Amino acid sequence: MTTVSARLGALARRHPWAVFCGRRAVRLTVSLFVVVTASFAMIRLVPGDPVRAALGVDAPPDLVAAKRHELGLDRGLPDQYRQYLRHLTHGDLGVSLVTGEPVADLIRARLPATLLLAVLAFVCVLAVALPGGLLAAVWTRGGRRPRVELAFTATTSVMAGVPDFVLAAGLTAQLAVALRLFPVAGDLGPRSYVLPVLALAFAPTAVLLRIVRVETLKVLASDHVRAARAKRLPAVPLHLRHVVPNTLTASLTLAGNLLPALIAGTVLVEKVFAWPGIGSAMAQSVAAQDHAVVEASVLVLGSAVLVVNFLVDLALALLDPRSVIRKA
Amino acid sequence: MVPSSLRPAAPRAAGRSGASRSGWASPLGATTLVMLGTLAVPAVAGAVLWRTAADRPDPSAVLRGPTAEHLLGTDRLGRDLLARLLAATWPSLLPAVAATLLGAAAGITLGALTAVVGGRARRLLGALINLLLAFPALLVAMFFAALFGAGADGAVCALAVACAPGFARITQTLAATVAGTDFMAAARVLGLRRHRLLLRHVLPHIAEPLVLNTTVAAGSALVALSGLSFLGLGAQPPSYDWGLLLSQGLDRIYTEPLPAVAPGIAIAFAAVAFQLLGEVLAGAAARRARPRQPEEPTAHPARAGRPAAADHVLEVEDLRVVLPATDRVVRPVRGVTLALRRGEMVGLVGESGSGKSLTALAIADLLPDGARATWGTHRFLGADAGSSSRGERRRRLATGMAMIFQNPASAFNPSLRIGTQMTEAVRAHHGTPRAQAVEQALAALQRVALPGGRRLLRSRPFQLSGGQRQRVAIAAASMMRPALIVADEPTTALDVTVQRQIMDLLRRIRRDDATAILFISHDIALVADACDRVLVMYGGTIVENLPARELAAGARHPYTRMLVASVPDLAADRDRPLRTIEGGPPDPCATAPGCPFHDRCPHRLDRCAVESPVLSPLGPEHEVACWGPLPPAPFRGQRVTEAAATEAAETGMTETDVTETDVVEKEEAEK
Repeated sequence: MTTVSARLGALARRHPWAVFCGRRAVRLTVSLFVVVTASFAMIRLVPGDPVRAALGVDAPPDLVAAKRHELGLDRGLPDQYRQYLRHLTHGDLGVSLVTGEPVADLIRARLPATLLLAVLAFVCVLAVALPGGLLAAVWTRGGRRPRVELAFTATTSVMAGVPDFVLAAGLTAQLAVALRLFPVAGDLGPRSYVLPVLALAFAPTAVLLRIVRVETLKVLASDHVRAARAKRLPAVPLHLRHVVPNTLTASLTLAGNLLPALIAGTVLVEKVFAWPGIGSAMAQSVAAQDHAVVEASVLVLGSAVLVVNFLVDLALALLDPRSVIRKA
Repeated sequence: MVPSSLRPAAPRAAGRSGASRSGWASPLGATTLVMLGTLAVPAVAGAVLWRTAADRPDPSAVLRGPTAEHLLGTDRLGRDLLARLLAATWPSLLPAVAATLLGAAAGITLGALTAVVGGRARRLLGALINLLLAFPALLVAMFFAALFGAGADGAVCALAVACAPGFARITQTLAATVAGTDFMAAARVLGLRRHRLLLRHVLPHIAEPLVLNTTVAAGSALVALSGLSFLGLGAQPPSYDWGLLLSQGLDRIYTEPLPAVAPGIAIAFAAVAFQLLGEVLAGAAARRARPRQPEEPTAHPARAGRPAAADHVLEVEDLRVVLPATDRVVRPVRGVTLALRRGEMVGLVGESGSGKSLTALAIADLLPDGARATWGTHRFLGADAGSSSRGERRRRLATGMAMIFQNPASAFNPSLRIGTQMTEAVRAHHGTPRAQAVEQALAALQRVALPGGRRLLRSRPFQLSGGQRQRVAIAAASMMRPALIVADEPTTALDVTVQRQIMDLLRRIRRDDATAILFISHDIALVADACDRVLVMYGGTIVENLPARELAAGARHPYTRMLVASVPDLAADRDRPLRTIEGGPPDPCATAPGCPFHDRCPHRLDRCAVESPVLSPLGPEHEVACWGPLPPAPFRGQRVTEAAATEAAETGMTETDVTETDVVEKEEAEK
């Protein structure tokens, strides 16, 4: 045990990148395995008979039996699991219990819309929160302008508390139905993106604004910023050159943590806007008790979150190799 | 932010127990109280007052819009929506609180276990928590809600499962700090059982931040639960909560927005109330009484002090700095008067806390936030600080003054190249083009004997040693050809050989460019060796100003004498303890009148305790702030001191009895 860890330690010193990537890859694999197993277990663990639930109470028994056989639910669990994995490697996610269509087709058609929504919302969050948090920090550093600080804290606190789907409903009522400024539902060109993106980005923006402000305040109080002040640089270069780069890494790390939550948040927002994405498909399937689709949606969203986490980690390691790799 | 905030927020600084009074009295605290009260009333009274109205169908008034009778309209069965909304307060809040408590109990147990189990189990638990945390809580909640079957109970359990990992992580982090403490080690040595360790020693110490996080999590749980009901995974008809009402209202939002908007507002209102409650609880510690602003005149009336001398680079009279602290006002600098001639190297010496660095920062207009400086006169390069505009003053400081800081490790921006940091000042203030600025930087590096040239300019601070960094700092400071360099303990963080080189560099720059240097140090030997003149600082004031060559023998202030005597030299007897000055430095908050040194001074007079001496001329280029300055010692004063000390020791006197008095009496006897 000790020799192994000693050897690993030596390896870590010589090839920090390889060790870092290896560890992250292992973590990703284990997590993906958990997601796959969970999604496999779902349809088999739900109370009652999912097939009967999906087909309706008055479905003839032989149809239910045939469907069960078709899904392989009448075989032993290890057998089912092997089959499930085999199908998964071929991109086969089974068929919908209700419509009988392949789930993979549904996912393929709807995933891009969901990802686009999440990415657009994330970009908006960054675009507002990074400069906004920086300005707020510069304005309120060292207890200056206590009123501005109070207003900032109160506003972001309230903003962060507003649930995205509630905001989505409010925006629909106000801007789409009452004022007819934006389409009410569906994907009808660029204008229909405004409300869903706004609803998704609103609360995370508030959270990130506060994070960026705190990180910036830390940097503003550091010795090297005092040294830069001693050079009496004009305010803009001082902050852009000496404060922003040092603020960015920590802020982006925490922003990266918001992205998976944003992907999950699309489920509720998509339902409000009848957005043709995975989230609304999942919501519909939950209502229709189509567990095959729910299962696949959980699998896809869960994997998307894990992959995004992995990519964010890698990106941060590239951005600031010293801190991230040393921490790993 | 449903999904992320469902997890308890990152551990915040543990505040004092509960919110301080100022937290609740603040506008935020009052708003929170009002909001919580507004929630509590329908939550408690809702079932009694509106239950019957909420459940009574009225086939004659189906799907009505808002009317005087039904303020929010009616639903598909003609039931009054306002009554339903109010009656749903309790069924919306209770499951959220229940789910949070369940999740908190599970998560806290899991997290706290990490503090009391062995190494391998701890790693396994940590990995498990990490794995669970990788998934957004909302997704986990949806998964388990589908698994447990749609319904309020299933949703509560699902939510509890979803928020447990967050609690586990926080508890793990907090418990790790407790696990390392001495009392835990003692408890383990005593052989306490695990559950007793957990209940008696770990949990009580981390209870406060956990309570705070539970508050925040309850708000998020409410939102998540509404979200589940909204998706059809939570409350099932005929029971209802806000999420279900919102979902039902959304179906008819095209014709009637209010039935969807009203439950939405209710959810948002409750979520914000919990959020603010967490805010107030967390902020209670931070908002502990704001530092009071000292009530002092912003500037002392300019006294008819010395006229502006032509060759003076810097003149400061009666400089004071105040730092507001939480419950008192600290006065680290209390009336400093100093002047520097062109090309003069002046040492500012004093022990830590004597106000040297703050004096330097006040001169350079770089005081930390909150600190305020006042002065009688403050003239830099002949221009008065009070009479010139902020912009002019900035420009004069930018081109005329440069600073070198104590710690070269933190004085450079770690993410910028050396070249950028060296050239930015000349480029900004002299408008030097980039290429020319680089040439100047190379020349400056040559001057400080740093090889490497352009390669060095391309490197980053962490690639340089401490001594190299300080040379770069000196080179950068000299590039502006300033009239004054303020060097704040530039050698303290460096080893002795590097110290010597840095001193040589500073002296060369002074000689070549006729730059005045204010050299701050606590090392009186270094200052005596390198500077033309020495200012001795004690308790925020200058107590003596004398030429450096007179320091060894001609010091007249008791403190300076003792400071000089405390320096060991090669002839010092190594078997005897080093000489020290008895007592501690004065309290920078004290407001008592009198000489700051009087309680440590062996020569104190009655007057010293009640009246503060001012710096007054004693001879050519020699000023002292003392009511009873010591008579000048003969040449070789320091040796005499040593001899007297040795003799005193031999005659059986203890070290503390050896005071300057003995020395002086002896000297006078010799005359």
